[in-house]
Amino acid sequence: MAQTKLTNAQIAWRAAQDIPDGAYVNLGIGFPEMIATFQPEGRDVVYHTENGVLGFGAAPEEGQEDWDLINAGKKAITLNPGAAFFHHADSFAMVRGGHLDLAVLGAYQVAQNGDLANWRVGSKGVPAVGGAMDLVHGAKNVAVITDHVTKDGKPKLVETCTFPLTGLGCVTRVYTSLAVVDIRDGHFVLREKLADMPLEALQEVTGAKLHVDGTIADLVVPDLSGN
Amino acid sequence: MDKTVSTVEEAVADIADGATVMIGGFGGSGAPVELIHALIDRFRATGSPGQLTVINNNAGNGGIGIAAMIKAGMVAKMVCSFPRSSNAEAFNTAYLAGNIALELVPQGTLAERIRAAGAGIPAFYTPTAYGTELAEGKQVEEFDGHMYVRERWLKADVALIKGKLGDRMGNLTYRLAGRNFNPLMAMAAETTIAQVSELVEPGGIEPEQVVTPGIFVDRLVEVAVPQQEEVLVREGVEY
Repeated sequence: MAQTKLTNAQIAWRAAQDIPDGAYVNLGIGFPEMIATFQPEGRDVVYHTENGVLGFGAAPEEGQEDWDLINAGKKAITLNPGAAFFHHADSFAMVRGGHLDLAVLGAYQVAQNGDLANWRVGSKGVPAVGGAMDLVHGAKNVAVITDHVTKDGKPKLVETCTFPLTGLGCVTRVYTSLAVVDIRDGHFVLREKLADMPLEALQEVTGAKLHVDGTIADLVVPDLSGN
Repeated sequence: MDKTVSTVEEAVADIADGATVMIGGFGGSGAPVELIHALIDRFRATGSPGQLTVINNNAGNGGIGIAAMIKAGMVAKMVCSFPRSSNAEAFNTAYLAGNIALELVPQGTLAERIRAAGAGIPAFYTPTAYGTELAEGKQVEEFDGHMYVRERWLKADVALIKGKLGDRMGNLTYRLAGRNFNPLMAMAAETTIAQVSELVEPGGIEPEQVVTPGIFVDRLVEVAVPQQEEVLVREGVEY
């Protein structure tokens, strides 16, 4: 039976394939952290975390955690050879100063002009922003990984964000459960979609026009059900 | 020159009511737990210092450290980027009851505001938060075709920080990722108080390895086997 949508692991796998050898990358806390798991063999990628580490590796074995060695999600990490520590102002100089090649974040909504809403959904409760508003500025590319629609089926790729904004015109590429979409000149440009999904059906669950520029490739990912 | 004091109680003895207090650390990494707890002890014993403004990346976790300060009723305002944690009940309860104010600052802007204060720069422009609700009411300006938000420096009366090695002149190193906000806060406060895991004689830290030069540190105290906030939270410890 044809797969109707990608799992989170498959979305993360797809995003990982585009990270080139030698890249400096920040993965947002939560879902984007999974991308590191799928880094292709033979590529050196240096991961940055806001709290002052470059070159961190996988989580340690349970019981081996050192809680002075954590990532921005407050999870225990290990260090790869060549890792470096630095203070918070240097860490965000790396971010805003344009030194990172890529930042990958989650999203509540992405607009066709690249606006991102990913830090809160309304005015209730306790607001928390962390480094999200900084990360969307400065990295050479800002990608989003997300389900294509919300849990109740509403588009997350929209004409205009209705949730509070994280940054204006900052997203360059979106990897969803159904497609890979670039943002160019204020438009969504469809690059890949699931082979069995008609363009019309994809457009129906997308909140703004999907433009086509050249060929649309099939979005092909491995099964990964063991992950 | 000898900036050391012998106890954490002595180290925090002159922090006044209404003071603005920067507290280093990111979550539990690099958090000066013993200095915070000494401040809580003083508040419980004397009712002072209260009505504090606390600057930290977070707003406490579980029932220790900054969370315990909030539960004790010492904190009037938090300035932070991410008041969420694995157990943010102390801050959430106080905030939703209207008992504590919150100034939410994007993390990189928080770091740079503190750095700017330490460097004598009263304001700077950043792309962060432009066009969002966190930039409302702030001056904006275009530079080279892009829009930026003006942010002010962030100063404090006192900084409580945690180092690894410290010498009597106040030179410091940090442990692993426990560096985070600590070196910035050391620069930005009127009085910087450091707890260090090992006190050494001047020369005991290689000059090439010094991260915070002693000019930024006013007082230091050795806490030989410091507690780790994350470990205490996982053990369910309430201070």
